[in-house]
Amino acid sequence: MTVLAIADHRRGSLRDVSYELVSAGRQLADATGGDLHVAVISGNVEEFGEKLNLTGVDTVHTVENGEEFNHDVYAGAVEALYDEVDPTVLLMPNSVNGLDYAPAVANALDLPLVSDAVDFSYDGGLTAIREMYGSKVETTIEVDAERVAVTIRGGEWPAVADTGDAEISAFDYSPDGDLGSRVLGFEEVAGGDVDITDADVLVSVGRGIEEEENLELVEELADALGATLSSSRPIVDAGWLPPNRQVGQSGKVVTPDIYLAVGISGAVQHVAGMKGADTIIAINTDPNAPIFDIADYGIVGDLFEVVPELIEQFE
Amino acid sequence: MMKILVTVKEVAEVEDDFEIDGLGIDEAYLEYDLNEWDDYAVEEAVQIAEAGDDVEVVSVTIGPERSEETIRMALAKGADRAIRVWDDAFESVDLLDVAAKTRLLAAVVEKEDPDLVLTGVQAADDGFGATGVSVADEVGFEWAAVVNELDLDADGGVANVRRELEGGVEELTEVDLPAVLTIQTGINEPRYASLRGIRQAQRKEIAPMSLDDLGFDASALDSPIALTGMSEPESESDATLFEGDAEETAAQLAEVLREKGVGAQ
Ligand SMILES: Cc1cc2nc3c(=O)[nH]c(=O)nc-3n(C[C@H](O)[C@H](O)[C@H](O)COP(=O)(O)OP(=O)(O)OC[C@H]3O[C@@H](n4cnc5c(N)ncnc54)[C@H](O)[C@@H]3O)c2cc1C
Repeated sequence: MTVLAIADHRRGSLRDVSYELVSAGRQLADATGGDLHVAVISGNVEEFGEKLNLTGVDTVHTVENGEEFNHDVYAGAVEALYDEVDPTVLLMPNSVNGLDYAPAVANALDLPLVSDAVDFSYDGGLTAIREMYGSKVETTIEVDAERVAVTIRGGEWPAVADTGDAEISAFDYSPDGDLGSRVLGFEEVAGGDVDITDADVLVSVGRGIEEEENLELVEELADALGATLSSSRPIVDAGWLPPNRQVGQSGKVVTPDIYLAVGISGAVQHVAGMKGADTIIAINTDPNAPIFDIADYGIVGDLFEVVPELIEQFE
Repeated sequence: MMKILVTVKEVAEVEDDFEIDGLGIDEAYLEYDLNEWDDYAVEEAVQIAEAGDDVEVVSVTIGPERSEETIRMALAKGADRAIRVWDDAFESVDLLDVAAKTRLLAAVVEKEDPDLVLTGVQAADDGFGATGVSVADEVGFEWAAVVNELDLDADGGVANVRRELEGGVEELTEVDLPAVLTIQTGINEPRYASLRGIRQAQRKEIAPMSLDDLGFDASALDSPIALTGMSEPESESDATLFEGDAEETAAQLAEVLREKGVGAQ
């Protein structure tokens, strides 16, 4: 069976998930002794093509077309590549850009779509593992179709780093007609006074804090510990803290010595921003909260009881 | 006259302690609510309607009778009317896959012929994060996924959006109308329904639509994708959990923190 994986890049560099797609794709191709094709669309495809010449890749297709991601170009190019390569499995990243073209491609090609897979195997058909209810359960999904489109979650497969001996081949594609969407530019957000990425100790607050008024409690804790205050997304969405305090996939990636998560469940998009902390500590009422899976120390308890006691310890 | 269609979904929230019953979570541990992302999509549509004149907001859901409560929330917040797609045939389906949802919602879009469709980025329960963009392809609309700012220029026939990418970077994109936009949390501040809104919602129409009404039979729900297992993930935790009451656990944690030099200055 042939696997076609689509690389992800942005503003001049390949994103990590591109290297993970290679090991995920190789895993499936190995199951049937097939070939792994990787495609990279737009940007500096010559440089990207060389970087994607990795162990396990048989062919790299480079599609030259503009600098940055545009979903109309991606959708068209992936569909054209699909016709050319004729893969059994079409692998794409479950990145924000993946969300912007993979469903359109699957629908246009009439392929069943399994999104956000964290593991899979192939035995005549694809069996995938994906989470539901914000990581509370794992589900098994079986696909009873010859061909399938899958998007993979970042950080679940090892990244392939070793150079291989793939054939690199340019694939001619140009969209017909005008594009219905135009990328006009990019903007870095979340600047400002505080840089949470500089902090050695972060006290990070989540939805468990319930009310804006209660933020005082964690501010006091941060003061007592000489720490900086950061947060999960809902706190920023609610406007209780500015965007520069948000940790996670769409916020900041932090690597402090100590990360104290207070009332944070540990959703994947949050963990993406803090799993590199040296010591992770969680205070949460839910013993099953995923944050405990990555924590070094934890208190299963009510933050409104524990935090005041902790403040007292440092006064 | 402009029409905005907002898709909403009633999602189950799971209690901290729960049990799995076959291929689902035991009903006793579930609470139903409007999907968080859809709440922002409804708010965005209502704000556009309030800022313009002659904008109709129609919300559509696929869901059982129970979900009327949820869709009434959208009406109470300002949607003008609602459509609820359901049929007995749904009862026997464990998982409605993206393709099936796409077929149903695309049929509604074709009936309603809106200028703009707003969906949430994802549903908090199954989290496929794919329906909006898939529907766009099906009906031939343009689209943008993970939108956290929207500036509509209906006369110019475009929507100027910001797409929230990873790592605090936003993409500024111009999208031709009609379009489907998947709305990210934080794009606005969803309102609480007012008492007046809740009263008015009681009088607003929730039109039922069966498979037949949409021109389908039960095969529209067929899917090659089957849910065949559900389990609680094995805990990978090797965390040291402090035992005791609040004072005791706080004292133990304080000791660890001090050892690591916290609060030493
Ligand atoms: C495209 C995309 C990008 C995203 N980017 C980010 C991102 O950058 N950063 C981010 O954080 N999220 C991000 N999210 C959202 C993410 O999926 C979660 O919704 C979010 O992280 C949840 O935040 P939380 O843990 O604070 O809230 P919840 O998940 O609601 O968790 C609250 C926790 O508090 C606990 N709790 C409640 N009461 C108490 C109490 N009294 N004492 C102690 N504990 C208590 C609960 O047990 C629960 O575990 C993104 C989502 C999407 C779709």
